[in-house]
Amino acid sequence: MQKNTPAERLYNGIIAENPTFSLMLGMCPTLAVTTSGINGIGMGLTTTVILTASNMLISMLRKVIPDKVRVPAFIVVVASFVTIVQFLLEGFIPSLNAALGIYIPLIVVNCIILGRAESYASKNKVIPSIFDGIGMGLGFTVSITILGLIREFIGAGTLFNVDILGGVGYEPVSIFILAPGAFLVLAFLAAFLNKFNLGAAKRGIDPSNPTTCGEGCSSCGNIMCKGRSGK
Amino acid sequence: MKELLIIAIGSAMVNNVVLSQFLGLCPFFGVSKKIDTASGMSAAVIFVITLSSFVASLIYKFILVPADVTYLQTIVFILVIAALVQFVEMFLKKAMPPLYQSLGVYLPLITTNCAVLGVALTNVQKEYGVLTSTINGLATALGFGVAIIILAGLREKMETNDIPKAFQGFPHVLLTACLMAIAFFGFSGMI
Repeated sequence: MQKNTPAERLYNGIIAENPTFSLMLGMCPTLAVTTSGINGIGMGLTTTVILTASNMLISMLRKVIPDKVRVPAFIVVVASFVTIVQFLLEGFIPSLNAALGIYIPLIVVNCIILGRAESYASKNKVIPSIFDGIGMGLGFTVSITILGLIREFIGAGTLFNVDILGGVGYEPVSIFILAPGAFLVLAFLAAFLNKFNLGAAKRGIDPSNPTTCGEGCSSCGNIMCKGRSGK
Repeated sequence: MKELLIIAIGSAMVNNVVLSQFLGLCPFFGVSKKIDTASGMSAAVIFVITLSSFVASLIYKFILVPADVTYLQTIVFILVIAALVQFVEMFLKKAMPPLYQSLGVYLPLITTNCAVLGVALTNVQKEYGVLTSTINGLATALGFGVAIIILAGLREKMETNDIPKAFQGFPHVLLTACLMAIAFFGFSGMI
């Protein structure tokens, strides 16, 4: 596929470099808000909107922002969009705002957004950057929705709040929607990806590639990275 | 006094910042391979979170609220934290070189640690005063330290274990964190 076309960017974000399963970025919201499928979709789409908007603006400003102050400048751009989106959610979807709570302002420090700004939007034209944002955001949405659905199904016997297992006398394992369940489900998903040699294990992430390592090894949560093994 | 103690125990143990609120997971998984790096990281985090929750609550109370611009809190807090980290780094480099040597590498990474911003926002959300915010920050950071050092200790022990191939690397660390989270659940009856 031709590089930097809209379609290629979407494929790259959703499948090839899926931010959660392949790059292991943005772990905090991935684990925190995935207590149900709906929350997963809500968080994912909120992040997608912010990521697309910030990618667009940063790409427009890429020749204006001096190299030395680029990270603070990116943070201000992202934080402004987060504030706007938070107001919109408060006004139009208050239930989602209540469910996600403090994790909405914390999108500012989601490493997916700063990572894309640093490694893609600040180096590429506006249109591909917008599609890069949409692709990465949808990739994030898909993976945290899957995680949310698994936890909701085992932990409450429902899918998107529709009762599935209640009719057959299923006793929900409520620990799956509590904190330990998040770690447990992600552990098994990661092991599954490992087993079939997918995701980060297969890619054997290259530490010299800034797409995957925005801030250098020690800040990065990706312990599957080959660059870490020697340390 | 009693109230402060309850808030402190609550933030450090019962609602542990990593294991029940999922903040600061990146350093929790990334810097927990050895006990000494984990303790260096937690010292830096304790320092920065305590200081930043103090400064952030001062700014919130004396600048943002009087000027009626509380909606700017996210932007202001993240900039304050970034500036503070930079400032602490320069100060330590000049004034306390030995401390800088041991904490230096961890300091720049803390800006993107979501626990720092998380604590500042929680303080505002729960309407804590300046003193309460600082205590809450200190306690939260101590909770982070406890969790990351325990995880590092466990990972050092598990280094030579025979782990199934699929679970090597990230998955078995997640499983360890899962068991720790269940253990920390035991504190929930305390307050």
